[in-house]
Amino acid sequence: MSERLRILIAKPGLDGHDRGAKVVARALRDAGMEVIYTGLRQTPEMIVEAALQEDVDAIGLSILSGAHMTLIPRVIEGLREAGLDQVRVFVGGIIPDEDVAALEELGVAAIFGPGTSTQVITDVVRRHLTGG
Amino acid sequence: MELVPRVLGGDRRALARLISFIEDDGPAARAALAALYPHTGRAHIVGVTGAPGTGKSTLVNELAKALRAQSRSVGIVAVDPTSPFTGGALLGDRVRMRDLAGDPGIFIRSMATRGSLGGLAQTTGDVVKVLDAAGFEVVLVETVGVGQAEVDVARTAHTTVVVEAPGLGDEVQALKAGLLEIADVLVVNKADRPGAGQTARALEVTLDLGRNNRGEGDWRPPILKTVALDGTGVEEVLGAVADHRAYLRESGLWDRREQERVRVDLVRMLERELVGRLVERVGEDALEGWVEQIVARKVDVYTAVQTILKADPAGERAMSS
Repeated sequence: MSERLRILIAKPGLDGHDRGAKVVARALRDAGMEVIYTGLRQTPEMIVEAALQEDVDAIGLSILSGAHMTLIPRVIEGLREAGLDQVRVFVGGIIPDEDVAALEELGVAAIFGPGTSTQVITDVVRRHLTGG
Repeated sequence: MELVPRVLGGDRRALARLISFIEDDGPAARAALAALYPHTGRAHIVGVTGAPGTGKSTLVNELAKALRAQSRSVGIVAVDPTSPFTGGALLGDRVRMRDLAGDPGIFIRSMATRGSLGGLAQTTGDVVKVLDAAGFEVVLVETVGVGQAEVDVARTAHTTVVVEAPGLGDEVQALKAGLLEIADVLVVNKADRPGAGQTARALEVTLDLGRNNRGEGDWRPPILKTVALDGTGVEEVLGAVADHRAYLRESGLWDRREQERVRVDLVRMLERELVGRLVERVGEDALEGWVEQIVARKVDVYTAVQTILKADPAGERAMSS
């Protein structure tokens, strides 16, 4: 039971609420993971720093504001600069189809749109992190 | 293990990795801790504990900011509970520590209790040692939201700050609480709310009834009111923490507590090591056999223990010495 999966859940940018992020955080916890929840209005720099200190396996970013094409690349770039290339990035929120491919190209492991069940999210995250 | 020199050199990524190894408790972690040990013993370890919702995280955030204003580096270990059913945990203390982001003089680590019940994780003490060795001058240890009996933090920390808030219970609660006995500094947070004065007075009365069950020193914990949300009273708490440190040094308690801590550590490690070896020698199957016999009431657990130890030469030696 050692080597427990650790995942950071953060909301970059200026979104006003974090209901969805909290639901996902709770679901991942119930799936047996250690979830570090950072709350609202995180800058990409804050997210990278927290990921480093907490030594997480993955980051889940929740974005509803439409600023994903600015914020997510900055997080991914920051991870790379910090030597955290192996940290997987997942995105939840409202991402238009035309941006999905671009984000995946950047290295986002999976994108979860509105209506995705928490079961699907925990399954996909676990599969990516354990390779199973 | 190459992480150790990197940790000593201030590499934060190495520090984070090493803490994970320690949480997972592998042999590599023990080797690293052994190598780091000579570098420990310099940090002032300050525990912050109290019931859920009293404002521990917010107070830790404010204390860290005030310490940074004095240019002292701060390591923070924030513990939250692991679910007993899923093994997962939601670690939310960073939410209240946003102000500390981007400061290289601060390192925050969230820890899940992973089944430990005393308010800390089993490895929290070791993680604190790593932060100490890494050169952080003050290490703040925030416990899970505790009730009346989770007092492990007093053994890990030099100075224990117990956080109360108005409206959590009457004086009898205060009297029962083992928590008050471990307090070196008492904080009534949310002091802008009604009832704060009453809470402080109840604590004052409890202290008057006599403390010192720990049987040491004549330090009387100051009772300080704070509004951690806006920083009111935080300077005073920091002052009291510094006073307590000076008191520990002058009275010789610093060394005595260190001895107590090391003794507990040593015995605990011996227990783990001995039990581990014994279980390995006896074998899981044999152990399972004993469990079945005990469940079937064919033997009781006390007799079983004696019999297992007698059958094991090393166990018997340990018993008779």
